[in-house]
Amino acid sequence: MQEELLELYKYRGLLFMITNRDIKIRYKQSIMGFMWAVLMPILIVMSGIVVRYVYALAVHEHLQTADIASVAVKSLPWAFLVSSIRFACLSLINNRELVTKIYFPKEIFPVAAVMTSLFDLMVASGALLVFLVVTQIGAGQYLLWVPVLLLIMVVLAAGVSMIVSAASLFFRDVKFIVEVFLTFGIFFTPVFYEVSMFGNKAKWLLLNPVSPILDGFSASIARHQSPNLPWLAYSAICAVVSLLVGYAFFKHLEPAFAESI
Amino acid sequence: MSDIALRMEHVYKKFRKGEVYNSLRDFLPALTGKMFRQQELSEKDKRDFWALQDISFEVKRGEALGIIGSNGAGKSTILKILSRIMKPTKGNMWVNGRLSALIDVSAGFHQDLTGRENIYLNGTILGMTKREIDPKLDQIIEFSGIEEFIDTPVKRYSSGMYARLGFAVAAHVDPDVLIVDEVLSVGDYVFQQKCLKRMNEVIREGATILFVSHNMKSVAEFCTRALLLEHGRLAKVGPTQEVISKYLNRSGVDQLVDHESKTVLISKVTIRNNQGDCLGFQSGELAWIDIEIIARKRSSKLSVSLYITDERYQSVFDTSTERLGHGNVTLEAGQVFSCTFEICLNFATGVYHPSVLVYRYDTQTEFDRWAPAGTISVSSDDGVGGIVSCFPRVVREEIRHASTRSENSSTDDLGSQLRCITN
Repeated sequence: MQEELLELYKYRGLLFMITNRDIKIRYKQSIMGFMWAVLMPILIVMSGIVVRYVYALAVHEHLQTADIASVAVKSLPWAFLVSSIRFACLSLINNRELVTKIYFPKEIFPVAAVMTSLFDLMVASGALLVFLVVTQIGAGQYLLWVPVLLLIMVVLAAGVSMIVSAASLFFRDVKFIVEVFLTFGIFFTPVFYEVSMFGNKAKWLLLNPVSPILDGFSASIARHQSPNLPWLAYSAICAVVSLLVGYAFFKHLEPAFAESI
Repeated sequence: MSDIALRMEHVYKKFRKGEVYNSLRDFLPALTGKMFRQQELSEKDKRDFWALQDISFEVKRGEALGIIGSNGAGKSTILKILSRIMKPTKGNMWVNGRLSALIDVSAGFHQDLTGRENIYLNGTILGMTKREIDPKLDQIIEFSGIEEFIDTPVKRYSSGMYARLGFAVAAHVDPDVLIVDEVLSVGDYVFQQKCLKRMNEVIREGATILFVSHNMKSVAEFCTRALLLEHGRLAKVGPTQEVISKYLNRSGVDQLVDHESKTVLISKVTIRNNQGDCLGFQSGELAWIDIEIIARKRSSKLSVSLYITDERYQSVFDTSTERLGHGNVTLEAGQVFSCTFEICLNFATGVYHPSVLVYRYDTQTEFDRWAPAGTISVSSDDGVGGIVSCFPRVVREEIRHASTRSENSSTDDLGSQLRCITN
């Protein structure tokens, strides 16, 4: 295990190079080019706000600025998670040549998928920042939670990415299953709605390890509160377990990659 | 210990023949089937195929080892195990230092990136850091010879340019152990020479080289020692010349054991020139190919066919005893028939693989086939490429100024030079 991590560290240059490649090619041969990195999250946030607004109309709720900001700050990490997993799922299959012909630690591919999505999230956060300043949401000490929340999110994304990338190499079915989860996941995750709407049934929603993280983003940025710490700890444990299990799973299957792809 | 660059100890590699489950729909029934029908296990064992069996060898630092053998003998599998892409089923291997494999030089390229971006990408994939690539960038671009297209996405490249850029990057990795697999067949003649020169440099710099090729001439030129693989087993390791002659004159003993069901078998194929030597031929030289066949049952209307393929296994020539007017050979069980073809090697420089086929010519029933049955390495000093040598020479040469049609009348004033070579 230690040896494998050392080797991964030795190949960090390659990780950055592959990430760099994936960022570059993502927007190549499109007219808008790099503008998509900013435009996509704006569209996601806008659609989130529309959904939230229609929902508020339906239940005759008066929509606060904080509610709108909450939807905005939750959509981006959710988009990051979805894009990491979707991209990682095909990362080994799409790099067949490299998997079968050259030796290096193959976890570089799913990790690069997460890093690429993280880069997009950073760009999008810039746009979000402008939005938050315009809506005068203000800052507070709870913003210090944001890096922690982000870290948990990245760890979770990396763990799941390793599992789905290795699994889809052996069974192409995995990519369809993953696609279903990613598409319908948004209904079981508080992205466009709030955990608090569910009253004492909220704990069922929070069992989804993504929910406490998103709720934490909403709390620390939009509502100026501390995240729900016990539930956040639960998410963190889930994330670490997913990373450990994902890494072990990936490394266990890696020797068979070249023959099975 | 430290002067050993790499070592393999009793390495075995098993592949599974037949289906590989790529979707759950195939896998789940197969899995449940396996659980309920244990007796099928023996059938499964039959499907296992040993690509390598008990391979042990050592290569010293700075040594160039050639790996030869016919198609499917396990050469590529050895390379894949050494470059750690595949794990051996059993056994150990050990490499001292950075290993770089030129198995597929452009594997790391991405279509949408430019040549320059791909140099960095591929260099990193081959184990260099950005800091190591920076000072070599100009050298790599110059080596590839495609300076003007270096900022064009590689998907617009021709396949030749693609391979040249790939080799240029790989050749500048400065590895401790370099694995070369037939990449020298890329590019034109000039580029191939460049590659050979670069490989010589790498050897002089003290790197260890493993060279896999069907081209016996290059193997003999580069390698001091060679290793012969036959059906996944180590047939011989030793000085290059000895190993090559064993490969070219392999006897049919193992074939006899392998195919008991055949009624007529090829038992021996040897290729020789007029001195009885078989290592290299000059273009236009005569070659004799001795063939022996054994009949296990009475067979009639037998014909022996000889065909030659080039390096890429494209057929370039074929003939048969029947078509040459020596048909109707009838053999009783246990009789041996031998014949010799004389052919004139009107080939250009290159490696050619003769193959031998025994068949019944009226029903076109094939009995046995050795493909390839050996290697003919042809060299010519008259600077020709391609497959056939047309024995060219230059009979006229001229240099003059280009002129437009209206100036045609005044060509003399332009002082054109004219030189004729008459023979």
